[in-house]
Amino acid sequence: MEFVRNHILTITLFTPLAGAVVVMLLNKERIDAIRWVANIFAFAGFLVSLPLVFWFQSAQPGFQFTEEAMWIPSIGARYSLGIDGISLLLVMLTTVLGSISILSSWTAIQDRVKEYYVFFLVLQTGMLGVFMSLDFFLFYVFWEVMLVPMYFLIGIWVGPNKLYAAIKFFLFTLFGSVLMLLGILVLYFSYHTQFGAYTFDIRQLISLNLPLNTQIWVFLAFFVGFAIKVPMFPFHTWLPDAHVEAPTAGSVILAGVLLKMGTYGFVRFSLPLLPGASADSRIVKFMVALSLIAIIYGALVSLMQKDWKKLVAYSSVSHLGFCTLGLFALTPNGIAGSVIQQINHGISTGALFLIVGIVYERRHTREISEYGGLSNVMPVFATIFMIITMSSIGVPALNGFIGEFTILQGTFEVNKVWAGLATIGIVLGAAYMLWLYQRTMFGPITNPKNEKLADLNWRELATLVPLVIWAFWIGLYPKPYFRVLEQPVAQIVQRVRPGYYAKRAVPVPAQPVVVPAQAQVTTEK
Amino acid sequence: MSYGAQILRLLPEAILTVFGVAIMLADPLVRRKRALGYLAVGGLVVALLGTVLMVQQGWWGPAFSGHILNDPFAVFFRVLFLLIGLLVVCSSFDYLETNAIHHGEYYALVLFSIVGQGLMAASVELVMIFIGLEISSIATYILAGFRTRDVKSSEAALKYFLLGSFATAFLLYGIALIFGATGTTHLAEIRAALRAGPMGPMAAVAAALMFVGFGFKVSAAPFQVWTPDVYEGSPSPVAGFMSAGPKAAAFAVFLRVYLTALQPVEGWFWLLWVSALLSMCIGNFGALVQTNIKRMLAYSSIAHAGYVLVAFAARSELGVAAVLFYMAAYAAMNLGAFIVVTHFGGEGERHVSIDDYTGLGHRQPALAAVLTIFLLSLIGIPLTGGFFGKFYIFQAALKAKLIGLTILGVLNSAVASYYYLRVIVVMYMREPAPTSPPAARVPGAISFVLSVAAIAVLYLGIFPGDVLQFATRSAAFFR
Repeated sequence: MEFVRNHILTITLFTPLAGAVVVMLLNKERIDAIRWVANIFAFAGFLVSLPLVFWFQSAQPGFQFTEEAMWIPSIGARYSLGIDGISLLLVMLTTVLGSISILSSWTAIQDRVKEYYVFFLVLQTGMLGVFMSLDFFLFYVFWEVMLVPMYFLIGIWVGPNKLYAAIKFFLFTLFGSVLMLLGILVLYFSYHTQFGAYTFDIRQLISLNLPLNTQIWVFLAFFVGFAIKVPMFPFHTWLPDAHVEAPTAGSVILAGVLLKMGTYGFVRFSLPLLPGASADSRIVKFMVALSLIAIIYGALVSLMQKDWKKLVAYSSVSHLGFCTLGLFALTPNGIAGSVIQQINHGISTGALFLIVGIVYERRHTREISEYGGLSNVMPVFATIFMIITMSSIGVPALNGFIGEFTILQGTFEVNKVWAGLATIGIVLGAAYMLWLYQRTMFGPITNPKNEKLADLNWRELATLVPLVIWAFWIGLYPKPYFRVLEQPVAQIVQRVRPGYYAKRAVPVPAQPVVVPAQAQVTTEK
Repeated sequence: MSYGAQILRLLPEAILTVFGVAIMLADPLVRRKRALGYLAVGGLVVALLGTVLMVQQGWWGPAFSGHILNDPFAVFFRVLFLLIGLLVVCSSFDYLETNAIHHGEYYALVLFSIVGQGLMAASVELVMIFIGLEISSIATYILAGFRTRDVKSSEAALKYFLLGSFATAFLLYGIALIFGATGTTHLAEIRAALRAGPMGPMAAVAAALMFVGFGFKVSAAPFQVWTPDVYEGSPSPVAGFMSAGPKAAAFAVFLRVYLTALQPVEGWFWLLWVSALLSMCIGNFGALVQTNIKRMLAYSSIAHAGYVLVAFAARSELGVAAVLFYMAAYAAMNLGAFIVVTHFGGEGERHVSIDDYTGLGHRQPALAAVLTIFLLSLIGIPLTGGFFGKFYIFQAALKAKLIGLTILGVLNSAVASYYYLRVIVVMYMREPAPTSPPAARVPGAISFVLSVAAIAVLYLGIFPGDVLQFATRSAAFFR
């Protein structure tokens, strides 16, 4: 047990990869065996990550479950993992959505099944690594490696325009990340100049003291990398293409987890490592403006879509605009709300893509006009879709409300106009989602081809029900989420706005202490 | 120092020469030419063991009145050349048989070329460098024209020979001017002389002229024009060899000459800067429009020369270490890609168009998978040697405050991903066409060298520590 406890992150990280290796060794003709193995490993990946939730100490500042090992001594790159509240939530989102999307591909993928699952499981490891790495170099490695399986997932399965979409996805993200790498190197060398040691460890890099000008340049380098991944306006054009061409499970993972890597990058690296630039009024205005444009523009474009999946894809642009808006409000509520909204978006958009996938598998079209009155033949499906629609719109008692409300609260504190503009996005969001629901679900069945559609089977239910439950959980009892976020968010706010807590006479939360590896785990017994 | 002790400083070259001559002598007697290939492999392995022995026994230091200097820098490159030689020879057996050009000279020429390269890496005197360069080049000129029945091959050889001689003339002219300016051809003495006295324009002109010679050999822009034609016409294993061995050797002397002898002449930095940028841009944008995979790899090799020049322009120990590491990683990945091309080309190299690779992922998954590894490494995706190579290069450049060049470099490497991805796209994302060439069985020797190259690429990508340390130790020569 002790061993598991000390290496829980490594175990969680490599379980999917182990699955990929096992799948690779299977004969490609034995499709069912491949499916079972992939599903078992994906689910096992979720199970091994579950103890994180129970062992996590919300009150403890800093990173937990840390693991350290030297990797490349000559450049000071280390294999160091660790999570705080923010990464905990994202890791859990990844393992849950990962196992759900692998389950959802059971019948959808009939072609080159083996490769599909191998890529999917490798992707899973890559994403987990991004959220767990405390070493900037290790982070970058995971961040880049993940491009390859995702590229194949978009490029090989489904979609008539897949080649274009896959290459666009790859090129966009690669452009962003090479510039980010330069930013990382600037921090690396500056640390050496100031402290005489080479390290990529973000817990060390945080003590850097850079002139504002340098900070802004590095911020912009990171910005390109992260903003393309989010994607923020105007870098969002790869997203709808990639989504439309990707298989359902790919879209779920792409929207649910991959996009969060961008926002995670901002909150984990840009804000704490470059506090001066992040709080610089020009940068804040720039980021907020892009976020607001994304919110409203994404919503407007969603309204115009004829393709069901594209609609959901553009709605992601709008929702992620909220996430970046919350981050750059630079208030505890804004940042906490942003992280919660990232989880919410994973849940509701993940579920929406599953929903599109379910009808697509039955009818092989995503044109909204092909559907209508589906609630008559698929009542269970219609109910779940309704709940998820409500969650996406932000109706109270469901998760979306909590996230958007907190973000708006945090933004309002700083600037009332920004909050006001953002609410337009919520109104438009309600409009496009409800209109979509009305066109596809209500009324008589307009298309005779839809008369015989089967309702959800047990497997499809098993993919959707956990997400519905999760949506209600966050909506009704979000307290545990805010509690795990309290420490990390307070540390970030303390970094970017040192006077924030003093001015408001809020007790300053405990300062982060760099706890040596292994020590933490033993203290909490 | 006794003559024997001096020869020990050139042990690998001596061994290879003996084996090369033996192959020439045995050629008329042996009917099964593959046996000569095994002899060449034996020679390379013995030379490798000789190098190990040389290091273990500590046979370092100067020899032959200071013309030769056996230092870690020289050893790094010689080990690299020998490994490249092994891959090339092993991948040539079946190629030469299919194309009915199985002659013993082939193996002898490869060995002689490596002898020349080894001499280049170990020389610290300009005339010696020139001799090494010529030994290596002449062997390579002949190898380029080895497909005698193919006009393109003869064209390649002729073009390479004429332009190559022209470029070496520049080099020789530069050497002459340096001798005129300083009265010596020893690198260390040249540096001392240039530092001591007032530097006339003669040294600067010499640096520029020598730049032409070396720039040609490493196929850096604007001296890159020959590369696509020569690579396209040469036999595929030879093209792979040229992109790895002679190029690395040329970089070795390039580094040695400019960072020691010509170090006091500051002006060449801008030549390097411009040449690096031009090479990256011409290479990458040229490769974007190629339909022949050999030409594409040729343009890509121009671009990679550009990346290496970026590290060179850093003019630091870190930069030199980055060059060394990159040459090793590049040799593994590019040679790997060329070996796949060698095998896939078939008789008379008919299948060298990128479209011929359509659907290879379905038909020969293993072959497609290794080619994918090499291409991803050429793009510079982490966990492959190519990533670390680029990483060290840009790290060194940034440390030397070459910010503009670094940014242009990384953007170039992003552009480059497009044409490598195109090959992956046709392999995996298109269904095989009825016109695609039939899947040929992969011979044992080819699958062996492919696995070695793939493992090397992944090893350099996941555990770069050891090789990097070796490179860093070898980079200390110019202090």
